[in-house]
Amino acid sequence: MMPDTILEAIDVTKHFGKDAGWPSRAPVVQAVDGVSLQVRRGETLAIVGESGCGKSTLARLLMRLLTPTSGEVLFDGRQISKSRGDELRALRRDMQFIFQDPFSSLNPRMTVARLVGEPLEIHAPDLSASDRRAKVAELLQQVGLRREHADRYPHEFSGGQRQRIGIARALASGPRLIIGDEPVSALDVSVQAQVINLLGDLSRDLGLTLVIIAHDLGVIRHMSDRVAVMYLGRIVEIGKTEDVFSDPKHPYTQALLAAIPSMNGPTADHAATVHGEMPSPSDPPPGCRFHTRCPHAQDLCKIQTPHLSAAQETSHQVACHFADALQRRIPPSNATQKSKTAEARFALYRAATEGGTIAHNTQQDQP
Amino acid sequence: MTLTDLALRFRGQPADVVDRVSLAVKSGEVLCVVGESGCGKSVTAMALMGLLPQQNTVISSGHLTVGHTDLDLTRESLPPSARGNRVAMIFQEPMTSLNPAFRIGNQICETIIRHTGTNSANARAHAKEMLQRVGIANPSQRLREYPHQLSGGMRQRVMIAMALANNPQVLIADEPTTALDVTIQAQILDLIRDLRDETGMSTIMITHDLGVVAEIADRVAVMYAGQVVEQGAVRDVFDNPQHPYTIGLMSAMPGLGLEGKRLAIIPGTVPTISNMPKGCRFRTRCAFATSTCQERPKLRKIAPHHDTACHFAPLEAHIEVSQ
Repeated sequence: MMPDTILEAIDVTKHFGKDAGWPSRAPVVQAVDGVSLQVRRGETLAIVGESGCGKSTLARLLMRLLTPTSGEVLFDGRQISKSRGDELRALRRDMQFIFQDPFSSLNPRMTVARLVGEPLEIHAPDLSASDRRAKVAELLQQVGLRREHADRYPHEFSGGQRQRIGIARALASGPRLIIGDEPVSALDVSVQAQVINLLGDLSRDLGLTLVIIAHDLGVIRHMSDRVAVMYLGRIVEIGKTEDVFSDPKHPYTQALLAAIPSMNGPTADHAATVHGEMPSPSDPPPGCRFHTRCPHAQDLCKIQTPHLSAAQETSHQVACHFADALQRRIPPSNATQKSKTAEARFALYRAATEGGTIAHNTQQDQP
Repeated sequence: MTLTDLALRFRGQPADVVDRVSLAVKSGEVLCVVGESGCGKSVTAMALMGLLPQQNTVISSGHLTVGHTDLDLTRESLPPSARGNRVAMIFQEPMTSLNPAFRIGNQICETIIRHTGTNSANARAHAKEMLQRVGIANPSQRLREYPHQLSGGMRQRVMIAMALANNPQVLIADEPTTALDVTIQAQILDLIRDLRDETGMSTIMITHDLGVVAEIADRVAVMYAGQVVEQGAVRDVFDNPQHPYTIGLMSAMPGLGLEGKRLAIIPGTVPTISNMPKGCRFRTRCAFATSTCQERPKLRKIAPHHDTACHFAPLEAHIEVSQ
């Protein structure tokens, strides 16, 4: 284990429905199958994949909200897959979770002060009521809410504000690592940007390690340092975000990137997108799990499971037999080609929202 | 299809949820209506279809032209004989808009029989053909299945097949790909594009995803809080956005080649209907707003195919910002 690793998964597998005895006939769902990954201190790691690929299950395994069927999860070098009692409580202090839906993850009958103060009652029981209140106010300010919001109930807030409450609650115990399961996907674009900026600021200012689960590739590209791509319970590619986005090596990653609608109009790259749908995790195909949809699949792919191997630099790993032989497909940049005047207008907008002084030109006739 | 000056409020609310919206789509054209939740885009679509509950909807103005039919929306709405026939709609949630208790085949045949009066054998053959056209393998077996047996992408294909069964002139699609994964979304967008080319139908697509707009639209209308703030040919609008809201929305989109930089934001949140600002509804969140904005800006031409509703457009001619 490398010294800068804070969280590590070693060959983690989670099969649902395995322990269900008679009379259950439900098939075993192989949600996560042999995943190994390391999260480094202070980085933002994104886990991306389509629905049903097991990314949320993996997040819950890393958090120890679920117990793995086999494999180990290490936090700070300690085994956590079997921890319980006081040990688990200490772990909860160091590791927190932000949920996707800000509408259902806050108890509607509790005030913000109680919601944010609750983790403090458990993790800092010595704190007096007034100290706790001061701490709550501080946390609210940290996430961009006001002190007087403490006495309100969740329904009085908008979606973005509720997500801020969720973040304040996660920060309350002073964690070192936060796992966010689709933390911004329920929010509108304009509010989403505010929360993304907030998470970025917090991770920088507090030295937090973030693990972000998301399906929006734009969000991931913006937020993360490294990205792991999952398909049907396995990681197919992992590497630095800019490497994976500029030079995807796995056919699935290539397809995923080609499928993002481009701001530059219809893409000619549709040949690279895949057809069909993801097979069921209760009956995954043998060998490489992507072979049923892969345009490059050969006989070997149907028999032998490819493992993550280092491609070129050790940080960029891919699980494909033919990664090196594949044609390199450089995804087109999604940056829009703007005219000079439009460019100037965007700069004007950015300057204005970041607190520039605005002067309205009065020489021009006002319409 | 042309919609002029639609103004609509729900009974008991102090302001219009849709405030003088005009939209037009030519045959063979895709118009995207884009905006965040609560901007009135779905309500507009429902009003077009005449699907809003009459007892608590007040339409104070609005005129709809479909082909040669003129409708005064204050008094009448799209007749049921046109709904699902000349004008068809696809909904966002393919999970909840199919009836779980009926087989796919029955549901598609129902629309066909209802509007053409054909017998069930013909309807079934037609339904099978439609499933084939939307790219569903093994259609005769699928017709016998129930919605829960299909995946999300497959259900959305069934919805599209159902909507297109009677060869509509206008297809209204309300967030047809929002609930789907990107690779499935790409397949559905391709399908809608192909069917448009094949049949020459007009499409009005409601979405909140600017990427989807760029991918499929010919023209785009940007809505904010019930008003159209900018509209035009999609390339004109995206390459040269004029309204501060459009600019803000594009700046706030992650992944547009600005990695590492802080995203520019639109401060605040969408105003609720009970305290909707007078005049330009965006002014409470707009960095450039002045007292002039208390008067409602009209949509005016900026370029031949590009209108915007901002007093100060183009911004750079009217406004200077210094650090």
